[in-house]
Amino acid sequence: MTEAVPLLDVADLTVEFTTRRGIVRAVEHVDVRIAKGETVGIVGESGSGKSVTSYAVMRILDRAGRIAAGAVHFTGLDVRAASEDQMRNLRGREMSMIFQNPRAALNPIRKVGRQIEDVLEQHSQVDSSALTDKAIEILDQVRIARPRERYHAYPFELSGGMCQRVVIALALACRPQLLIADEPTTGLDVTTQKTVMDLIVELTKQRGMSTILITHDLGLAATYCDRVVVMEKGRVVETALSREIFTAPSHPYTRKLMRATPRPGTSLRDLLPEDESLYEARPPTATPTLQGGGKPTESAARSNGKSGAPLLVVEKLVKEYPRKGLGGFAKIFQRQPAPEPETFRAVDGISFTINRGESVGLVGESGCGKSTTSTMVMRLIDKSDGVIMFDGEDIGAIAAKAFAKLPLRKRIQMVFQDPTDSLNPRFTAARAIADPILRLANLKGRESVRARCEALARQVGLPVELLDRFPHQLSGGQKARVGIARAIALNPELVILDEPTAALDVSVQAVVLNLLQELKDTLGMSYLFVSHDLNVVRLLCDRVIVMRAGRIVEQGPTEEILVSPQAQYTRDLLAAIPHPMFA
Amino acid sequence: MGPRLHGDDYMVGANAAMLMMVVKRMLIAVPSLIGVVIVTFLLTRALPGDPAAYFAGPAATKEAIEQIRVTLGLDRPLYVQFIRYVGDLARGDLGNSLTTGQPVGYEIKTRLPASAELTLLGLMVSMAIAVPLGILAATRPNSIIDHVCRVVSTAGVSLPVFFTGLILIYVFYYLLGWAPAPLGRLDVFFSPPPHVTGFYLVDSLIAGGGEVFFASLKQLVLPALTLGIFSLAPIARMTRASMLAVLASDFVRTARASGLTPFTVIVTYAFRNAMLPVITTLGMVFSFLLGANVLVEKVFAWPGIGSFAVEALIASDFAPLQGFVLTMAVMYVVLNLLIDVLYGLIDPRVRIEA
Amino acid sequence: MLSPEASQPNSSPTPNPSPQGGGESTASVATSRGISAGIRIAPALAHNTGFSAGLRHARYILSENAVTGFAFALFLAIVLAALAGPYLVPYDPLASDTAAALKAPSAAHWFGTDQLGRDVFSRVVVATRLDFFIAVASVALVFLMGGLAGVAAGFFGGWTDRVVGRIADTIMAFPLFVLAMGIVAALGNTVQNVVLATAIVNFPLYARIARAEANVRREAGFVQAARLSGNGELRILLAQILPNIMPIMVVQMSLTMGYAILNAAGLSFIGLGVRPPTAEWGIMVAEGSAFMVSGEWWIAFFPGAALMVAVFCFNLLGDGLRDIVDPQRRT
Repeated sequence: MTEAVPLLDVADLTVEFTTRRGIVRAVEHVDVRIAKGETVGIVGESGSGKSVTSYAVMRILDRAGRIAAGAVHFTGLDVRAASEDQMRNLRGREMSMIFQNPRAALNPIRKVGRQIEDVLEQHSQVDSSALTDKAIEILDQVRIARPRERYHAYPFELSGGMCQRVVIALALACRPQLLIADEPTTGLDVTTQKTVMDLIVELTKQRGMSTILITHDLGLAATYCDRVVVMEKGRVVETALSREIFTAPSHPYTRKLMRATPRPGTSLRDLLPEDESLYEARPPTATPTLQGGGKPTESAARSNGKSGAPLLVVEKLVKEYPRKGLGGFAKIFQRQPAPEPETFRAVDGISFTINRGESVGLVGESGCGKSTTSTMVMRLIDKSDGVIMFDGEDIGAIAAKAFAKLPLRKRIQMVFQDPTDSLNPRFTAARAIADPILRLANLKGRESVRARCEALARQVGLPVELLDRFPHQLSGGQKARVGIARAIALNPELVILDEPTAALDVSVQAVVLNLLQELKDTLGMSYLFVSHDLNVVRLLCDRVIVMRAGRIVEQGPTEEILVSPQAQYTRDLLAAIPHPMFA
Repeated sequence: MGPRLHGDDYMVGANAAMLMMVVKRMLIAVPSLIGVVIVTFLLTRALPGDPAAYFAGPAATKEAIEQIRVTLGLDRPLYVQFIRYVGDLARGDLGNSLTTGQPVGYEIKTRLPASAELTLLGLMVSMAIAVPLGILAATRPNSIIDHVCRVVSTAGVSLPVFFTGLILIYVFYYLLGWAPAPLGRLDVFFSPPPHVTGFYLVDSLIAGGGEVFFASLKQLVLPALTLGIFSLAPIARMTRASMLAVLASDFVRTARASGLTPFTVIVTYAFRNAMLPVITTLGMVFSFLLGANVLVEKVFAWPGIGSFAVEALIASDFAPLQGFVLTMAVMYVVLNLLIDVLYGLIDPRVRIEA
Repeated sequence: MLSPEASQPNSSPTPNPSPQGGGESTASVATSRGISAGIRIAPALAHNTGFSAGLRHARYILSENAVTGFAFALFLAIVLAALAGPYLVPYDPLASDTAAALKAPSAAHWFGTDQLGRDVFSRVVVATRLDFFIAVASVALVFLMGGLAGVAAGFFGGWTDRVVGRIADTIMAFPLFVLAMGIVAALGNTVQNVVLATAIVNFPLYARIARAEANVRREAGFVQAARLSGNGELRILLAQILPNIMPIMVVQMSLTMGYAILNAAGLSFIGLGVRPPTAEWGIMVAEGSAFMVSGEWWIAFFPGAALMVAVFCFNLLGDGLRDIVDPQRRT
């Protein structure tokens, strides 16, 4: 690397925020250098200060934040000392940014073409007569089909991936030298993520631009970047070439992060830090209690049944929703009949089974019907058609409303996607765990309920002293444990895991996944693991079902599906997962 | 407009969508109107005593009451009465005022422009102050203007509108002598301008009577100001809040990160979006304004429909009151319709999804 | 109501580290203790540790934000005047003394006397009880009607939602004060009907807020989890959803108290509801309004100012409560 004058030189940067509780340092003594044409990833978990660093570079920190110390130089210009006018000339023209949540990043009531024109006009790139043509040309460059039409579209008329392309168009309109991409693909489906990332890389490489990719995903950064900067708690802990970071991570945090990132060829155990005491004390999972807990006989009995009849049989399951929109008067006033059918099939005739003690992954991108399926199996919503048999009983025939109070309810439980959302903010952890026990278990008396809660807490590795806390006083991982404890409180036979780790940082995800595996082994439950991430599913599941547009594309043993996928869609999904080539 | 050529088809589509939205919105107003008619009907039948006696007025004889009962059909079953009521409404018949002897419909028609002129001017006054105030406050948090805005928006909603009016009268009429006596739309020395719109300000300009224009403006200033102060608070508060929210939004951050000037960011990007909740608030503001109008008319002896209703109340004359409630509700439904159309003009999401 | 929890700024150094008020009792936040519930809820939305932090946060709001502290003191004064007013005032609010009519404020008559020689100060203080009663009663009534209907509509959806929505829409089709006029005129000129009318016109506001809040929580993870735990729908509504909506409703109640007083005073100003010679702020302003143009300002001014101060107090208090309950939505 030629070390002449770097395009961007961040030296000893410290950013402070004034909050009600006083001054908080979001970023401390950070050094980052970006050479011309280089792509650098800044990787860190939430709260690591990676986004704040980039805002400081652009000087778009909100009012409460300020650069307290250090220097930022962009092509020799001192960003900290520059006037607001100078900065404005820089932004959009010399350095630009794309953001997470592309739909929100666009003005909802202005045509996307006009938004691009605004930027072109601001930096007087073209004369006003050619503005529209130029905007359309840029839309074309980001591979937006029919750019002339899309010029007139409003953001809400475009898909998430399409909006992100518009945001990219906006950022690249004036051919800047530096692009900062702040979690550009978070929230997008994995296949969309790949096309968006490929597009960014292609366009920036083509133009000789430098790129900063800010992400929580070490794999993504290593795949697309030349160098990776790892941040933790506002500090840079390691800077290394991408190809080296997986092979020889030097800082323990990087090692932990790297290990926790699910990759092909790793097992669940590999996700945990190699020396557990080194970084974060592993929560007491209290394995002895488990054995002493009086459950092994039961679990043994369950595993024995493995060879027998399947626990869950789903046949030709269908869920239809009325198509929203036109209704009542509007229908009368419509000239031609609606071309589309009146209903929309979220789940379109799927069949699968789950055996006792088995864990099955249900994988697909957003909108594929996987959550609708799991909610139906859970008996929270009613099916439109088909059969759901649980242990020989046709539970699909029981109305969702009536199901809540049946003894059957105990046997099917669920761990929810968002641990925060799934806990009542007014209930303590103990109260949340006790809820199913109070309603459905034959446990009487305050003490015995409390004792059961404490046993469950120990089982899921939640320190007992945290039981009296409210959700907002717990960390994400702790909340996830509470949710798991609640789900296993009634010794269910089938537990549905609905993206249980999607809202968690990778290191927490690693611990939670291991906990789930451990619980399954000791309690002999079956899992239906709903996820968008094949890599995560692979770690926990014996079999995988791939869904798309309400139908099952492919199902089979996990290794088989991953190694030799039959359906094209499965192959696309696998190919879209960022694989650092040097792993 | 060369470059726009290709968008023409799109524009045609957008206009059709707009029309569709307006039609749809008008259809939504229909149930509201039906509700209004039913409620006003029920109000008259909910009278605790004998509705006939009520309609006949306090001084009526027994025979007169019986006669009213028959003329109004109060001896018939409720649904017959309702059908009759709807029929009367369709013909614009709102009954007769006992105090003036005139048909209520006529009275309301002649008095409505006075109320409308006052209310609209009041709204204009408050919009002219509140919107810029809210925007300035939002763009300069914790500045003097922000504090002013906060005080205004909290204090403003706390002011009883009739009290504000009285204080203004005391200060500007009694103490300073700047304002004319709070007695109606025009000083007795002037004769009203020839009727065109019924708005004295407009009619006097049409007639070319500068003196009359200023005379009626003088009369309007205090009551309009009273209404303006009253509706200032909710508009300023909402403008400030929605402007703050929009300024903190992702797309404003994008606009800033693209190097757009603060003017473009605030006006083109933030302001138009921030106006959407403000327009929605206007519906509520109108609700308050039309109610406050009654009180202000009483304070300033303004010959609008509000004071007509109050006079009827005092005389226990029910037909005018019923007509008044109905008129106000219909006007309010129409205003809400206009507000929604205005909203649709700004927000494409409403227009296109309609 | 508010006093036990909020007005003990320095009594204890807050040693209890974990929320003792948690556990089962959280579910049973009594609606009648609305305002203290609002403060109890604070920990659920604040950022660090629990009940004590909630109190600390409330105290922070009260001490840092002098305005809210002031509003709170004012509120106590209003409550005191409402409870003990008639025993504190120097004159009989109804006793006229024509010899002393239309006297300007003096040491003997702090707020002067009216056209019948009645002491304005005594009348203003005594009127507090009636105005306060109207506000509290109508807000309580509308909370029961609108709040519960809205929660049910948002939670159950379907026809419940349509019926509640239709009722709210119909009421909303009227300018609210005008509808209140119509209701009182039709039902009869009494204080009870003023309370009822004020509650009815506020119904849509409560119903809508409660509906929206219940609706977003209807499919929330914790509600689904409660279903899985074997809770019936009604129990979920009462034990899980309602307590979470209470803080917002409490703030709303405080804010509408002011509106309720204004509404009632407006009605009596035009001769509906309260009748003379009863002491009530609106009617006193109406009686004094004729004397404004001849310079006897005090007759209308003091009751009007009392009205304004009371409404101002409720609005500030509502804003303060909102700060405690939801620091993000500060305006």
